Amino acid sequence: MFDASALNIRNRKVEGLFRILFMLMTGLLILPVAIILAVLAWKGGSVVNMTFLFTNPTEGMTSGGIFPALIGTVWLVSVALLFSVPLGVAAAIYLSEYARDNWFTRIINLAIINLAGVPSIVHALFGVGAFVLFFRFGTSILAASLTLGIMTLPVVIVSTRESLQAVPMAFREACWNMGATKWQTIWKIVLPNSISGILTGIILEVSRTAGETAPVMFTGAAFFLPQLPQSIFDQTMAMSLHLFVIATQVPGVPENLPYGVAFVLIAMVLTMNSLSIAFRVYLRGRKKW
Amino acid sequence: MDSLPHKNNPVKLEVSDVAVRYDGRTVLSGVTFDVHEHEIFGIIGPANSGKTSFLKTVNRMDIFNPAMSFTGRIRFNGKDIRKWRNVYSLRKRIGVVFPLPVGLPLTVYENVALAPRLAGVTRRVELDIIVERCLARAALWDEVKDRLDSLGSLLSGGQQQRLTIARALSQDPEMLMLDEFSIAVDPVTTMRIEDVLKELKKEMSIILVTNLVQQARRLADRTALFLNGEVVEVGLTDDLFSGLVQDQRTQDYLDGRFG
Amino acid sequence: MGQADSTSATCNTDDRRNLAWFIDKAVQVLVFIAGISAIVFIIGIFVFITKEGVGFILKSNYALSESVFNLLEDQKMPEDQLDAITVLEGKKFSTAEDLLKAVEGIIGVEAAGPYKEVLIEKSHDQPFHVKSFFTSPKWAPTSEIKPVYGTLALMVGTASVTGLAMLIAIPFSLGAAIYIGEFATGRKREFLKILVELLAAIPSVVWGFVGLSMLNPLIIKLFNVPIGLNVLNAGVILGLMAAPIMTTIAEDALKAVPDRYREAAEAMGATRWQIIFKVVVPAARHGLVAAVLLGVGRGFGETMAVLMATGHSINLPTSIFDSVRAMTATIAAELGEAAVGSDHYRALFTLGILLFLITFMINLSADLILRGVRKE
Repeated sequence: MFDASALNIRNRKVEGLFRILFMLMTGLLILPVAIILAVLAWKGGSVVNMTFLFTNPTEGMTSGGIFPALIGTVWLVSVALLFSVPLGVAAAIYLSEYARDNWFTRIINLAIINLAGVPSIVHALFGVGAFVLFFRFGTSILAASLTLGIMTLPVVIVSTRESLQAVPMAFREACWNMGATKWQTIWKIVLPNSISGILTGIILEVSRTAGETAPVMFTGAAFFLPQLPQSIFDQTMAMSLHLFVIATQVPGVPENLPYGVAFVLIAMVLTMNSLSIAFRVYLRGRKKW
Repeated sequence: MDSLPHKNNPVKLEVSDVAVRYDGRTVLSGVTFDVHEHEIFGIIGPANSGKTSFLKTVNRMDIFNPAMSFTGRIRFNGKDIRKWRNVYSLRKRIGVVFPLPVGLPLTVYENVALAPRLAGVTRRVELDIIVERCLARAALWDEVKDRLDSLGSLLSGGQQQRLTIARALSQDPEMLMLDEFSIAVDPVTTMRIEDVLKELKKEMSIILVTNLVQQARRLADRTALFLNGEVVEVGLTDDLFSGLVQDQRTQDYLDGRFG
Repeated sequence: MGQADSTSATCNTDDRRNLAWFIDKAVQVLVFIAGISAIVFIIGIFVFITKEGVGFILKSNYALSESVFNLLEDQKMPEDQLDAITVLEGKKFSTAEDLLKAVEGIIGVEAAGPYKEVLIEKSHDQPFHVKSFFTSPKWAPTSEIKPVYGTLALMVGTASVTGLAMLIAIPFSLGAAIYIGEFATGRKREFLKILVELLAAIPSVVWGFVGLSMLNPLIIKLFNVPIGLNVLNAGVILGLMAAPIMTTIAEDALKAVPDRYREAAEAMGATRWQIIFKVVVPAARHGLVAAVLLGVGRGFGETMAVLMATGHSINLPTSIFDSVRAMTATIAAELGEAAVGSDHYRALFTLGILLFLITFMINLSADLILRGVRKE
């Protein structure tokens, strides 16, 4: 009896020890990032103001604002979404509603996984080889956005597929029994009930797209370009590339300036992500069936 | 036999030697009978005897389910259902109500207006009439008339089942197939729906799959017994319940010795 | 609502294919096309980078390289003739005959006669040598005399950084996954999961900037080394980047272990940590391996962060304080300055093929492992 309880106490101690160890590991994973974000916000916040956001860079990018880069990123992201959202949602509809569980579908899934896993610089090479040179789009927003769109396509496909599959099968069957075609069922029942999940995925894609650097640096983003793009065939500046350029390529940049750019970039990305997460949490709380 | 009421009516559904398979496993075979106009055709039998599979076959659900296939011939309105070029127009003519109520996540109004809308009815006045009529016939109108804008999927189980029936009626079917509709419904509502079915019989054929032997006795003109994937008996309901059975198993089932 | 009475019973078999039917078919075709787009893009990526890169692999040309000049000297070619043909040094010809003709054009057919054999047989010059591509640590694509394309140092650079990153990320992300999946409950768990998800969203260029401007001075100060952009810096950065993704996948793998396993172990009197280490982790091992593999894949393919944090100098590192250069970073840094179609440009695409194949293998094995889990 005494032995057993001693063992019990020892076990409890070991368990408590492990618990603390794992908690520490989790903490050590998060803590450095928290410190980094704090420093970014501290140093970057000091340069970010309205003028910083809405003026051009000046004096060889060693002072001034980030307006063209900000607008450029909006261009790149918008055109990329225009391309990848319809395609990705349609692909997800195919996979969720039409595809059968066979080898062909497995190959599609494998392709999606690989599309997400191929290094961004390889996507960049593809963008140069295919869009800039072969299709003769030149270095332009179009080429860069197509590259970005293909790269982030898996984000849209996977999240859309998940939210489509969350719609109970019984709803589809009820609709089919009434003589609705597959498409009518998707349009009237499946899509309206998964649209919020799809939106969540799209917001996530926006955040991914806005932060990418390598795929745009040879396909459409320019180091310095004070005028704003007029069409999708123009080059443009981009926030991510701008940070790279003033952090590594331009001499004499005041210390806090890149912090400011990094701060704005990360604020954009994290806001989008938080929005997507908040949306998801809200949806989980709202019951429709 | 010619004096029997159903024989005076034209045949709606002809089923001959139908077998249904899932992934190569036969779940139902040798089904042969006719269903006439203005007839309630009862199908009884214990669970897993292929009743639901039969209804799904009639509705050609096999084309949306690669695992499912059937052999034999089924004719609806005299035409082989395999030869319908537009399977959706076949399904539109056959209303189905499955055991678990499915209120679509639309408003009560839209649940019932969906089928007419898909059929091309767009005028609000017409839709209003259809919605009220179908809900009333499904004995639901009085309960939901003040909240047509609430979500159909959040109604109570019994209400959702009647909503499902209203939806099936809204597609203006020529034949109605009900699969154990009373499972999720309280006895009072069950009786009300049974009254509705007796009324509907004047307009259409009804196939009533039920696990309640007495329900078949109350409603069905003729009754078939499905047992372990085969049809044991097809006969007039009155005959079956007065002991005129061909197969001993039917008598055993009706006496409640198994099932 | 028409009366579906005996009027419609007169064998209504009207089943014309209406607009809805055709729209349905059209949609089916359209979504199928969209569905296979992922396959099309993967094949497209492979085809286009191969198209640009394969020319480099297969290309062979003829030139008067240093070794040819040495041979000519050995064969006693007069000084003045040697001087005269130096104008051809480095110039590339597609056939040996063209090269011979060019030499003959300068020094005359007769004078070139004795050296014909050397010129034709020894002038063969292939920029891509399979052996040196994989074994030479020298990457000097812009060398004027003789460009060398050896990727050993780049591969070692990538491997060392990824390896260090995994050394950091594997224990921490698995630990975090176990904590989030097995210990944390309710709101705390939700909060941690969201936090991890947010960490995964930080763009790689920001990570690179952090390595460059925060970790760099820190490493210099802490370890008293001259330069803080090195394997350690990039390894830490990459570790922090890969950890959230690995945590998420590992946590999914732990969650996929059925509760009945835990309950059965509990019924046998196992303690919490015994359940975790003897039951849950072994049961989830495939998923955990897949998580590690995907982390490796991420580390391998990461571009901007390693470009900015490694120091980007070609080196076979001997310690974690040496600067290195990664394959991805090499492409990112040099593609802009390589002329389209040049050997250098093509060599970068060849690097791309290599990267594509490596990550493809990694993703394929991770997928196969995960699929195996699902089948079990």
